[in-house]
Amino acid sequence: MSKQLDAKAPWTPATGTRARIDEALRRYPTKASAIMPCIWAIQDELGHVPPAGVDLLVAELGVTRARVHEVLSFYTMFRTEPQADHVLQVCHNISCHILGARPLIAHLEKRLGVRLGETTPDGRFALEGVECLGACGHGPCLQLGKHLYEHLTPEKADALLDSLRRGQVPRADTDRELED
Amino acid sequence: MSPNDYRMLSARFGRRDGHKLAVYEAEGGYRALRKVLGGMSPAQVREEVKAAGLRGRGGAGFPAGVKWGFVPEGADQVYFFVNADESEPGTFKDRYLLDYDPHQTIEGTIISCYAVRASLCFVYIRGEFGWLIDRVQKAVDEAYAAGYLGRDILGSGYDLEMIVHKGAGAYICGEETGLINSVTGTKGQPSIKPPFPAVSGFLGKPTIVNNVETVASVPFIVNEGAAAYRAFGTEKSPGTKLFSVSGPVKRPGVYEIPLGLPFREFFNDWLGGMTDGEKLKAVIVGGSSVPVLSAGEIMNCNLDYESLGQAGTMLGSGGMIVIPESSDMVELIQVLMHFYFDESCGQCTPCREGTGWLHRIVKRLRGGEGTAEDLDLLEHVCNGMMGLTICPLADAAVMPMRSFLAGFRPEFEALIQETASAGPQSRWPRGEREA
Ligand SMILES: Cc1cc2nc3c(=O)[nH]c(=O)nc-3n(C[C@H](O)[C@H](O)[C@H](O)COP(=O)(O)O)c2cc1C
Ligand code: SF4
Ligand code: FES
Repeated sequence: MSKQLDAKAPWTPATGTRARIDEALRRYPTKASAIMPCIWAIQDELGHVPPAGVDLLVAELGVTRARVHEVLSFYTMFRTEPQADHVLQVCHNISCHILGARPLIAHLEKRLGVRLGETTPDGRFALEGVECLGACGHGPCLQLGKHLYEHLTPEKADALLDSLRRGQVPRADTDRELED
Repeated sequence: MSPNDYRMLSARFGRRDGHKLAVYEAEGGYRALRKVLGGMSPAQVREEVKAAGLRGRGGAGFPAGVKWGFVPEGADQVYFFVNADESEPGTFKDRYLLDYDPHQTIEGTIISCYAVRASLCFVYIRGEFGWLIDRVQKAVDEAYAAGYLGRDILGSGYDLEMIVHKGAGAYICGEETGLINSVTGTKGQPSIKPPFPAVSGFLGKPTIVNNVETVASVPFIVNEGAAAYRAFGTEKSPGTKLFSVSGPVKRPGVYEIPLGLPFREFFNDWLGGMTDGEKLKAVIVGGSSVPVLSAGEIMNCNLDYESLGQAGTMLGSGGMIVIPESSDMVELIQVLMHFYFDESCGQCTPCREGTGWLHRIVKRLRGGEGTAEDLDLLEHVCNGMMGLTICPLADAAVMPMRSFLAGFRPEFEALIQETASAGPQSRWPRGEREA
């Protein structure tokens, strides 16, 4: 997912990224107010916002570097470091807890050989505990990028990991939305 | 009464095609917008919604029409925000509205914007709903193409732009001033009120923030009138409300209920009761931030603002968390205190420090290091937080904490007793997480 950029090499955003930044700047009432969609555009391309991305935001939005970092660090979904290929975000809030999030997390920790909050040494999987994902009645659940897997069991989690190891992102319960 | 008798918001829930513009139109969609733009003044729309008694569905229950009336007459620029940040643990109803029926919310938003003469609105959707954002964006694009958004909507001379804004993971951005600040390009921290956003909000201009479900209720009110809306619900709680139900019940999910429905009936007939082998212990009825009720207490309540208020809790967002006898209440409150500690934005000392202390004390109890004084200490910390902060997040942590202590004190005491006799021990089984 994440690309490692050579810190010294110049970076120019891809055409799609550029278009999204331009659209945000056109539609949002002030340049500064477009910061979140611009960060999303950069992060969707690179998987994180590297220093070159911060430079671009400063130049395009006319805001201070401190302001960009303030926003980047406030939100849990914005990243300034490259991420694992697959970031598995398991909900550990109350409803999922009641429905078995804890044994599910323990199972994933065992299967991946990492603790919650860690990344596997090969950089392929990160396991994170996150707050309520809005799937409380369908828990326990796990988010992987745009995909939300619901009603998880250890067996289903194993099947998910196996599929990801083979390079396939299996169909998630919410993928209906992406299809039609 | 059966769930199918009351479907003004949820008519298309669970259907594969309900999100499509053609389907929505074929079933009467955008009729309300045509009616409004064809001859109602903004003031008339506000009056109709006020007469219907529609109360905000984001948690506080403030009457929508009254809030709209706070926008100063003749303001040169008004902004509107639809709050789709839905992050309150236990709540997943707005997701259903946007997922199965995005056009209903879009239509309701356009009418609401017209009622306050807004020319730009944001639909602020939590960033974790990546798949949902795509769906709503598609629906908004359809609405633009059909002439329901943009310049000179349906030839009425009314202009409205709608931006689907993607959040980035912060519970506090659900609070209305945090939401507004988040879009100005700063940290999404709440600001002190007054001034209220309706007078001075986004970029210093009058700004209305409404929950998804609130605006989604508007087309029905416009089409059928305030009296038809009031035919559902009670005097003080008119209309229907979505409840999202989680926990070990036979049929969890999102339900539209006429307000005033007895909990007992909802629980037994609609939810089918507990799953086999489980017994009801307690219910958090309105999202994780409201006081918990024991099975005995909730069984005598009706699901409306006044009855739940009398019982000492709140209807809140309608995120109903059903807790079985097998759950350890101290463990559950640890999970919740971890959440509020994590999500405090840190501006107010009572909240930043208080949520940290509540979490640490509960964790200590569960780690087998609690003492009898800890329960008083928890009370003491709560007293130093409630009502003393910029936004109600501190209260949102205190309310569950206090109610868990008050209603389930024997569980806390048993834990302390056990500690006193057995000595310290870890309460998360080995290898599992430490919250
Ligand atoms: C910590 C906190 C989180 C909140 N989260 C949400 C939310 O996710 N969605 C929402 O609609 N309202 C949320 N609210 C309530 C909003 O501040 C606001 O009252 C509401 O969006 C107004 O809309 P309504 O009048 O239509 O209910 C939250 C409030 C607080 C204090
Ligand atoms: S009460 Fe807590 S979350 Fe709300 S503004 Fe203060 S510190 Fe931030
Ligand atoms: S508690 Fe896990 S999705 Fe809400």
